[in-house]
Amino acid sequence: MRKVLLPSLIILATSLLVMRIFYLQVVDDTLKLKSENNAIKKKYEYPERGYIYDRKGKLLVANQASYDIMVIPREVKKIDTLEFCQLLNITKEAFIKNIKKATIYSPRLPSVFLSQLNKSEFAAFQEKIRKYEGFYVQKRSLRDYEVAFGANVFGFITQVNEKLVDKNPYYNSGDLIGRQGVEESYEDLLRGIKGVKYIQKDKYNREIGSYKNGKYDTIAVQGEDINLTIDAELQKYGEELMINKRGGIVAIEPSTGEILALVTAPSYDPGILVGRQRSKNYTELYRDSIAKPLYDRGLLAEYPPGSPFKILTGLVALQEGVIDENTTVSCNHGFSYARGRFMRCHCRGGALQLHRGIYESCNSYFATAYMKTINKYAKPAQAVDVWSNHIRSFGLGQFMGYDLPTGKRGKIPDSKTYKRIYPNGGWRSTTIISNSIGQGEVVMTPIQLANMMATVANQGYYYTPHIIKRIEGHTIDKKFTTKHVTTIDKKYFKPIISGLFDVYNMGTASALKVEGIDICGKTGTAENFAKIGGQRVQLKDHSIFVAFAPKDNPKIAIAIMVENGGFGSTIAGPIASLMIEKYLRQKITRLDLEKRILATSLQSQYAKLGGLSEAVKLQLRISDSLLKKKTMIPTAKVKIDSTKEKKQAI
Amino acid sequence: MKNQSVTNNIDWISIIIYALLVILGWLNIYSSSLSSMEDTYEKQLIFIVLTIPLIFVVLSVDGKFYEKYASIIFGISLLTLAGLFLFGKTIAGQRCWYAIGSFTIQPSEFAKAATALALAKYLSDTQINLKDVARQWQALAIIILPVLLILPQPDPGSALIYSIFIIVLYREGLPSWYVWTGFVTIFLFVLTLVLEPQYVILIGLAVIIIVHFKSRLADRNIVLSSILFVLISGFVFSVDYVFDNVFKQHHRDRFNILLGKTVDMKGIGYNTNQSEIAIGSGGWFGKGFLEGTQTKGGFVPEQHTDYIFTTVGEEWGFVGSLAVIALFAGLLLRIIYLAERQKTKFSRVYGYCVAGILFMHFFVNIAMVVGIFPTIGVPLPFFSYGGSGLWGFTILLFIFIKMDANKVNEW
Repeated sequence: MRKVLLPSLIILATSLLVMRIFYLQVVDDTLKLKSENNAIKKKYEYPERGYIYDRKGKLLVANQASYDIMVIPREVKKIDTLEFCQLLNITKEAFIKNIKKATIYSPRLPSVFLSQLNKSEFAAFQEKIRKYEGFYVQKRSLRDYEVAFGANVFGFITQVNEKLVDKNPYYNSGDLIGRQGVEESYEDLLRGIKGVKYIQKDKYNREIGSYKNGKYDTIAVQGEDINLTIDAELQKYGEELMINKRGGIVAIEPSTGEILALVTAPSYDPGILVGRQRSKNYTELYRDSIAKPLYDRGLLAEYPPGSPFKILTGLVALQEGVIDENTTVSCNHGFSYARGRFMRCHCRGGALQLHRGIYESCNSYFATAYMKTINKYAKPAQAVDVWSNHIRSFGLGQFMGYDLPTGKRGKIPDSKTYKRIYPNGGWRSTTIISNSIGQGEVVMTPIQLANMMATVANQGYYYTPHIIKRIEGHTIDKKFTTKHVTTIDKKYFKPIISGLFDVYNMGTASALKVEGIDICGKTGTAENFAKIGGQRVQLKDHSIFVAFAPKDNPKIAIAIMVENGGFGSTIAGPIASLMIEKYLRQKITRLDLEKRILATSLQSQYAKLGGLSEAVKLQLRISDSLLKKKTMIPTAKVKIDSTKEKKQAI
Repeated sequence: MKNQSVTNNIDWISIIIYALLVILGWLNIYSSSLSSMEDTYEKQLIFIVLTIPLIFVVLSVDGKFYEKYASIIFGISLLTLAGLFLFGKTIAGQRCWYAIGSFTIQPSEFAKAATALALAKYLSDTQINLKDVARQWQALAIIILPVLLILPQPDPGSALIYSIFIIVLYREGLPSWYVWTGFVTIFLFVLTLVLEPQYVILIGLAVIIIVHFKSRLADRNIVLSSILFVLISGFVFSVDYVFDNVFKQHHRDRFNILLGKTVDMKGIGYNTNQSEIAIGSGGWFGKGFLEGTQTKGGFVPEQHTDYIFTTVGEEWGFVGSLAVIALFAGLLLRIIYLAERQKTKFSRVYGYCVAGILFMHFFVNIAMVVGIFPTIGVPLPFFSYGGSGLWGFTILLFIFIKMDANKVNEW
């Protein structure tokens, strides 16, 4: 017994140690993770983002150097705070606040003291930076917008949110990411791939060299440059025409589906989301829930399309064989489609054929055609599905699949829709007759309207609208070069196009003719209501216009929607014709018309909806993009003329 | 017949294990020293090279010398310890070094071998019977004397090592209740810290009552049971009192962290936490020699001395740790085996002391590093950086190897 005690103790103790070590090294893996956080630091090298060009190769979005002032609170010595604050143009309170924030994060790790200074802001500070111990400068690359328009097309760059950091391992907290527009949809290409360097740290968090001689390090891959289908001149002109209005313009090249212009109003100068004021500016944009400058009306605003929808009603009726070019309908300033039901009409009346029905936009004619279509089939449910299929073949009532991050489906009703609305049945062609003239259950976005016109221009097919033209070293997505053919035979488009052409010659847009360009178009007007002070009030109609030109060999299809703009021919129509002229001729001949449209302001209409007053908006520098350019204080961009400096040096 | 060579009859198994431990120790010191500016691995290499003449001297001395001069060696050792109070150099609050130029020497590392010799010498006297209470106290006095000189330095780690001599005395006939009392004391101490004192007393009372009524009627002694209860209660409360009032805050912290009562990763718990992270990150096979990120980053404090085992854990993994532990256990069991086959009581007791001292160092050090023992400064024999330690352990071990080699001559 006495001989056994010490050996037993040794064996017991040894087993205990082995078990404990086994637990630490093999069972418990949290320690491994802790060790990595502890000793290895990943240092990222951020590549420059790809440039964005327009369809003609004009540079729209580049990059600029920006400077973050970094601080290591523990190393900050006594400094001349007053001078420091003056140099950086900040208040003493802001200085104290920022230092405090950095200290709370960590007294010995660097944190951002002041971010995104531009060259000139930084230049003054640079000379004196040595005086301020504990502060240093970190260079970063930020967007440099060469143009003051197209904010909705480009989107913006912002810090990635924590939710995405958890979901997508590529991003780390604090990384930048594209939001909205092409910055979002082509994020993966534009951003490139960041490089990683593994650095061995010591217990003081100092870097003591690369980990394993850089065995695991990767090199940053530069972002790709992209060309957009946007025509910069047309985009700019569209935004100018929309000053003091709300709405959207979408222009598409019918033969390719390329988006030539995508305008939303109000918008903002993309440059205001770069630099020191960016978060303040963004908050203001975000908070304006009535004018919604961040809301892309061209893609997102759903409206009943009104009269332009008659084009489709006519095409479906022709395809179904219930009317032909010579089918005559008599209109007596309206149409009594059922007992006690009357649809008013603004046409000149009398006996109409399809051609005049279109250019005079006769409600009676298309209501009749629609009723005939629905009544062709034994059951209205079956008929509506047939009709719905035809309409859907134009890409309506569904997401179009374009390469921008936001969109709306729109609405094209089918039998299921009516089963939901009328669960007990009993609905007939007369119940749903409003669909014929683009009211009722039909809802479309401006880009869908534009695509509809492109399809008509092509006489029966379309390419999915898209905004990407070329990516260096890549081919664009195949779905953008795939033809979508509608269910309507080509021959039925001819009479419709002819009618649309005479809209300009004899019809609702006869005052808007452009000498030498054959435009086919259609006016539209959509009623709308708003609740103001708890009361439902009818507001001035939305002004809608769709068009394509030239009639033969179409180059541009366009849809214009101006909120509360009144008749289609008063605002939307002129804008469409000016845009077409601008695109096809690069020059405007009707300067009086241009001047009138530029001067038109609907702000008094919008004021009824409440929201920020113009004075306030001007002060906050969120107004229409180009107007603001004149009033805003330059924040981000001050270009230094380097040649000048060099000359002086010599 | 006189020995022709110092290597005659020596136990090669022990020597090979010793050499392996020293070499492995140096490799780990080399790895851990890369993070610091100090060239500790070069100094340690010099210390290691110098052990060769040292071993030669130890083995050359006549086997009888150690027994003959044990008392004198012990006396000198005590004097060097006492001399620290006058001439000692204070490093990190501990006054346990003599400084000769830039060179420092720690006498407590040599005192262990001296005490072992003295104890062996005392017990080898055939007159000694440890059943005799007076003898018991005299033997304990030999152990306590150096402890009294070491404790105030303060060096509680080195002092703690001396508790193992109780086991040696037990092997030589000390009544078993000493040992059991020792174990029960330790058990009650820990229990009191984990639980509230009143619960410990209740548990103690329950155990006493059960034992009392389970034992045969004739053995029941209500007086003894009552005394036992009073003793336990007194001990428990005094532990509570001592812990709260006598211990310094940093002592309390060390215990509290060990017992999981306090969680503190950056402050006082930093050492243990970092050492657990370093070992834990090693996994099955470790990160490889010189590849330990924690080691390179210098996160573990005192890594080349008391925390040298973290380098083993991180760079060599579970397999490497197991190998080192196996080497130690192998050496310890080998020494006990050798001790038991000694012909003289002197060399047997001495061998037992060697095994005990090495065991305490080995266990307390690694247990501390892996977080199952409070933070206490005890080096890992042959592994930890330091000349005094290395030489102290080398002398300790090789005196025994010499005795073992000499046993043939006893006849």
